[in-house]
Amino acid sequence: MKVLVCISKTPDTTAKIAFTEGNTKFDENGVQWIINPYDEWYSLVRAIELKEKDANVIIHLVTVGAADAEPIIRKALALGGDEAIRVNNTSSDSMVVAQEIAAIAKEGAYDLILTGKETIDYNSASIGSMLCALLDQNYIAAATKLEIDGTKAIVTREIDGGEETAESNLPIIVSCQKGMAEQRIPNMRGIMAARTKPLKVVEASIQTATTTIQQFDLPAAKSGVKLIDPTQMDELVKLLKEEAKVI
Amino acid sequence: MVLIYIDQADQEVKKASLEAISYGAALAKQMGTNAEAIILGTVKEDLSQLGKYGVTKVHQVANESLNHFDARVNATVTAEAVKLAGADVIVFAHNTNGKAIAPAVAVKLNAGIVTGASALPKTDNGFVVTKTVFSGKAFASIKIDTPIKVITINQNSFGTQSTEGTATLETLAVSVPTSSIKITSLNKVQGEIPLTEATLVVSGGRGLKGPENWGVLLDLAKALGASTACSRPVSDSDWRPHHEHVGQTGYQIAPNLYIAIGISGAIQHLAGVNRSKTIVVINKDPEAPFFKAADYGVVGDAFEVVPALTAAILKSKASA
Repeated sequence: MKVLVCISKTPDTTAKIAFTEGNTKFDENGVQWIINPYDEWYSLVRAIELKEKDANVIIHLVTVGAADAEPIIRKALALGGDEAIRVNNTSSDSMVVAQEIAAIAKEGAYDLILTGKETIDYNSASIGSMLCALLDQNYIAAATKLEIDGTKAIVTREIDGGEETAESNLPIIVSCQKGMAEQRIPNMRGIMAARTKPLKVVEASIQTATTTIQQFDLPAAKSGVKLIDPTQMDELVKLLKEEAKVI
Repeated sequence: MVLIYIDQADQEVKKASLEAISYGAALAKQMGTNAEAIILGTVKEDLSQLGKYGVTKVHQVANESLNHFDARVNATVTAEAVKLAGADVIVFAHNTNGKAIAPAVAVKLNAGIVTGASALPKTDNGFVVTKTVFSGKAFASIKIDTPIKVITINQNSFGTQSTEGTATLETLAVSVPTSSIKITSLNKVQGEIPLTEATLVVSGGRGLKGPENWGVLLDLAKALGASTACSRPVSDSDWRPHHEHVGQTGYQIAPNLYIAIGISGAIQHLAGVNRSKTIVVINKDPEAPFFKAADYGVVGDAFEVVPALTAAILKSKASA
């Protein structure tokens, strides 16, 4: 079984969010880059678990981005990917990224494509759904469990207020979230092995973006917390009722 | 025309879709056009009543097989239906199903898409949508450059407005592909409001010291009629179920009121709750970073403060 895991480079979860060039560009100064947690903790680790159960599983990684994404791709290889492909396209438009991944997916004829449920930078939650349309394959979003049984995938997904389990034949696209697997740390053997694993660079083929980011803004600062004495809970209830008007 | 996708589950219109209609209707008014809705499958409600949220017409693909959600089938049928109905802008709720199909519909219609919109687009010079990025730590204004536009709107960011009016119904004849996804089981959390739809949320962290101490929090939630949530360490330790975890890697929620008890307010937790309209923080550590993000704070022992707050709420309700 061939699995394609989509990997995105994102700022660390604790990174300071600031912008430059008249608020048009994310300020990368001093930012640590990580594998998008949904891509790493959930999709990639689940793919590795499937490989540990079945040695015939082959894991390919794909990322769309500049050469500075290579350290995080090497980390993904160290965790357990077999080969990686980087598409040299720096677009931040989901439609462009999805089309680049779709081209790789068509060529590789994968049985299973895994994405994170969203990236923690643009929070678009779009790539899996776009691949569903571009590849005309089944898609299950926000999955919390995934089992493979021969040519069948058994997937549990979050629905509003519960969970739903469904079966689908392969190939299928699944976007992954919490519940799917647990975070791992690459070991020394993995890190050494990753150095020599293939990392292929493919030139960008899609240029037509459908959207343009015009500007970033930071939320207005809170006016400051109003502290209430712990013995004055009637006062808090009054504020919630009359000032905040939320209860 | 602005077309709003009506999401349904168990043949009932989802609450998030009513907000999407209100948003779509306001957008249509701003653009000087009308708002219409589209629904796949059959529902128990009288669809003409959706008119009171601002749509003049509801297009329905009344095929019962569509009552089971399959992203691939729903996206295909929705895109075909949109072509028949004709639309310049298609609005989805940014809920589980909306997220699963809106990007696929955008692909099929060669439309640009912005997901997670937090306000009405600016339409005076192009079509610019503001959305939350970096997990709520910033906003981006994104211009959609294509003739057809797709938007998903963040839940509880616009509000549902109802007025007067009824909508006409029109059945659309769209061929429905056979689903190749077989649903084998369905688990609903009984009797609870889904966290993403809750307007009041009470949440606990490690400061409560153990699952056996959750009673004070549950009592407060009950008094308020609130849903319950927790921080990541709490769900990781299995003190509370995973579906209660809010934060960067759990649910991102935007209730009207979020009460955080014994949660320090790590940046990853804030990313999941910073869109809440009002935040109350109860923590015995006055240096807890959460106080910086709070509207109201109580520095004190949760085991004394929370029961006192519960009593004050019950007293206030009894006198109302």
